[in-house]
Amino acid sequence: MSFMPVILWSDALVFLLIAAIVAAAVHVRKREHLMLPWKRVARSSVALVSMLVLSVFLVIGLLDTLHYRAALPQNGSEKVYSPEVLSAFDALVGPLRTHTEKTYSAPFALHLYAKESMRDAQDNVVREYPRLQYGGTHLADEAERDMDVLQRALVGMLAGTLAGVMLSWLLRRRYTQPALTIALVLLAALIGTIMNLSAAYHVLGTDKVGQDVLYLSLKSIRTGLIIGTLTTLVTLPLALFLGVAAGYFRGWVDDVIQYIYTVLSSIPSVLLIAAAVLMMQVTIDTHPDWFDTSASRADMRLVALCLILGLTSWTGLCRLLRGETLKLREMEYIQAAQAFGVSSMRILSRHIMPNVMHIILIALVMDFSALVLAEAVLSYVGVGVDPSMISFGTMINGARLEMGREPMVWWSLASAFVFMLVLVLAANLFADAVRDAFDPRLNRTEGQA
Amino acid sequence: MSKLLKVDRLTTRLRNGANIVDGISFEMAAGETFALLGESGCGKSMTALSILKLLPDGVENSAGEIRLGDTALERLAEREMREIRGGRMAMIFQEPGLSLNPVMTVGAQIAEVLALHKDMYGDAVLVRSIELLTQVGIPDAARRAQEYPFQMSGGMKQRVMIAMALAGEPQLLIADEPTTALDVTIQAQVLQLLRETQQKSGMAMLLITHDLGVVAENAHRVGVMYAGQIVELATREQLFAKPLHPYTQKLFAALPDAQRNGHTLAAIPGNVPPLGSIEQGCRFAPRCDRAWALCREQMPELFAVPGGAEVRCHLYQATGGGKNRSATATELKQTALAARPESNSQNPLLQVEDLKVHFPIRKGLLQRVVGQVRAVDGVSLSIAQGTTLALVGESGCGKTTLGKALLRLNQPTSGQVYFEGALIEGDAHRNMMQMVFQDPYASLNPKMRIAEILEEGMAALHIGNDSAERQAHIDELLDKVGLARDSKWRYPHEFSGGQRQRIAIARALAVSPRLLVCDEPTSALDVSVQAQILNLLRSLQQELGLSYLFITHNLAVVEYLAQEVCVMYLGRIVERGTTQEVMRAPRHPYTQALLSAVPRIDGAGRQYVSLGGEQPSPANPPQGCPFAPRCPQAMAICSDKFPAMTHAKGGTHGVRCHLYSAEPN
Repeated sequence: MSFMPVILWSDALVFLLIAAIVAAAVHVRKREHLMLPWKRVARSSVALVSMLVLSVFLVIGLLDTLHYRAALPQNGSEKVYSPEVLSAFDALVGPLRTHTEKTYSAPFALHLYAKESMRDAQDNVVREYPRLQYGGTHLADEAERDMDVLQRALVGMLAGTLAGVMLSWLLRRRYTQPALTIALVLLAALIGTIMNLSAAYHVLGTDKVGQDVLYLSLKSIRTGLIIGTLTTLVTLPLALFLGVAAGYFRGWVDDVIQYIYTVLSSIPSVLLIAAAVLMMQVTIDTHPDWFDTSASRADMRLVALCLILGLTSWTGLCRLLRGETLKLREMEYIQAAQAFGVSSMRILSRHIMPNVMHIILIALVMDFSALVLAEAVLSYVGVGVDPSMISFGTMINGARLEMGREPMVWWSLASAFVFMLVLVLAANLFADAVRDAFDPRLNRTEGQA
Repeated sequence: MSKLLKVDRLTTRLRNGANIVDGISFEMAAGETFALLGESGCGKSMTALSILKLLPDGVENSAGEIRLGDTALERLAEREMREIRGGRMAMIFQEPGLSLNPVMTVGAQIAEVLALHKDMYGDAVLVRSIELLTQVGIPDAARRAQEYPFQMSGGMKQRVMIAMALAGEPQLLIADEPTTALDVTIQAQVLQLLRETQQKSGMAMLLITHDLGVVAENAHRVGVMYAGQIVELATREQLFAKPLHPYTQKLFAALPDAQRNGHTLAAIPGNVPPLGSIEQGCRFAPRCDRAWALCREQMPELFAVPGGAEVRCHLYQATGGGKNRSATATELKQTALAARPESNSQNPLLQVEDLKVHFPIRKGLLQRVVGQVRAVDGVSLSIAQGTTLALVGESGCGKTTLGKALLRLNQPTSGQVYFEGALIEGDAHRNMMQMVFQDPYASLNPKMRIAEILEEGMAALHIGNDSAERQAHIDELLDKVGLARDSKWRYPHEFSGGQRQRIAIARALAVSPRLLVCDEPTSALDVSVQAQILNLLRSLQQELGLSYLFITHNLAVVEYLAQEVCVMYLGRIVERGTTQEVMRAPRHPYTQALLSAVPRIDGAGRQYVSLGGEQPSPANPPQGCPFAPRCPQAMAICSDKFPAMTHAKGGTHGVRCHLYSAEPN
């Protein structure tokens, strides 16, 4: 085998999460009353379009989760694997990763962004902007660049549109909404354009060490998604169990749980997270023998960050669930169960939990975008992910120096900003649609028919 | 008399095309009360909202004309309509607690109407609001005007709503179920107030209700609605003397009362059809036992019969299939049931002695107990095998708390409960007593299938050895309550209110209890469905020898179902006896007032005992007899001492009142 699959901690947790989602989907599909709100989601064109955009991010994130170590050229009998952990996504976009320039270059530039001493034809030393090693090297004449960019963009757009039209034709049975078709074609055209251009140019420029910013932005997606989803694995059991227990049992159980979350939420959360992250950092640094690659160390830091974020952010959902349970426990079906002497644990699991599921779902989808943003803020402050891990936060953190540079380097920050905006906006729009579909307080006329 | 409101072929529909209100036409004269009568979901409220042009999202007015005086309302723009609403037309809603703004004083809310429609400002507004509040019978109006809605009781809030409606001096008042959320004695007060104000001001009133009694008291003319259409239009006298449409006839027949005691009620099978589900033929045909082929093919027109009434039924059309209506008009299906078992008080199944349920009121940082809410305060009663004891009282009198205390859903503070002579402690009696709850929409878990709901109790109490045995038992239960066996694989939301209540009864029966505590099991249901459930309860009693503790505020149901009655007021039983004794010859002033407050459909010969004020809070009960402050016959001793139970000659009829203490036993 020319490579060895590597399953990092975060990968394992992502697979666990996917398994849980698939199991839940199978469960829901079999029950019509649970399917009903999802059908309502599927009828909303905003939800479908935002889901489409989200799924592009999800696919990139998932591809980036399949990690491996490539085998090195053999010179002995023993197989040796590279210490560098790559992902399926890296393999797919190969040149994007390997085409590293010397330092900054602007989007679509042919030259570096910094002057260097060079020798010209007469062997004089001149300070000039040197040509890039990879960006636009196929051009003989630099004046042809604009024409070439336009041409490549058009070809890519055409190919993308064609693919989009074919895809929507394949899906015409299942989805008939015009908004979705239009969005699909537009998105495919955009992806086609970027793909075709990025083969020859650095579409979003390069950063300080010459890495392609498009590649960095795409790699950041996984970090954002992981923070946004894995944190819920920690939040959910805590919030669900404590919130439901506090609401159902009341009395001293309620008092204890309420005191815990009131105290927790009155400590400034950034302070709490910073303290925890710094402690974790020290622990990891003093035990280098725990990790065989630098990627696994960075990954452990990411998982630990999720854990810390989860431990500090369950209070909101917990409070919400406590309130809902307080309402539900007065319902007559709960009293009917009590009249039969059904045990408390059974009442909690059979009667209360299924009836608070919609709140959990709404809260999770809404929290997702908040967590993606929280990661950026924390990494900016310096208590986020490992500096070697590519994330929106580290990109923005780097931009701190770039913005003060003369002339200014704007593209790193701009692309991190745009990517994050699109991701969070899509997530928020989707969350809105989910909330509308699941909210029992909204009046609906379809239910009566 | 000139017509004030003319509604012509009004049609209101959902965006998806289903007609909620389908071609309604009626007229109203000034000073007249027109009642729209019908079960829930038949389009009464939508008709009212269409007239006011206040339809909710997704519902639109698609056809028809509405004329108020000379104004064609359907052509008015929203801005012009605002002048009409509150000015020439006003509306009172069902739930007084939700229709007043909680952060404004009631005076300010009335002042708002005055400023908008009467251009009144400053002191004039204040004087006028106090005048209005006095007019609707609010004592100490000047002080009350400065109060917020939460400081007032339900009946008081509904009076404020009426005052607000009157502030614009409307020509037409639309009252949407104005008394449904209120207690019987308060309902009587509000209905009387509405009658009086109407006589004084000469406005017309569109009264929307499901209660035949309310119609009998207040209406001049009646339109009976069914599935979005008016099926019968008549004056009150015509309607009550001789209902024409089979639906109206059945509504009357479905009303429980003492005359039908011993017979099954003529329940209307099935439910009101969902909107837009019947496109062809008469909408009542599927539930009508006199429908024939024509009824299913052709929709009958509203047709005037000799005598002035109008009816939408093929039976009365000249070409109506040759049926003789006089022969069928009064034919009601009544099956005599076997004689009821005599009450056997020597050997009671359940005996309750001096049961008290107090809830502590805690205050302050240390949660010290500063007082007690005496929800149930020393109640003793007994129920014999196979009989029904009705527990009657207004909301807040502690009757539900008592029922729940018997099942230990509340912990009793003191007192003993004996089941077949054995003292009950802890959970050991779960399979002996079960409960049927009030609201069938809240009492079934929406996320569980019927089979799971029914099996839960059996599993918890270890009844039946394995799943197969329990499933067989579930099939049996569904047969018993009249549901199809395959319905056990469905979810509660697929059933109507009546069917849900059947499921709730089946759930209680699953553990084969001897006693059912029924907590207002029919109050959330329509009249026609109520009859089905009452019939079911009776036949189950005969079949299984069940005893019922029937908690209710509906006195008509008491007469139909119960052998014995206990009347409860503020946590105590004030009168007890057999149904005959209590209903025919009430002795306690409260029972007398309660009985006289019930609107009767026969109307005549009722002596109305007016009851001032409302039930005091059980946290702070009055000294002595709790009823003394409202009692028209209160004496000096009443506020000193709570009277003991005095028994009349037969020994079964007891009453706690000083009026009778002096009598020899």
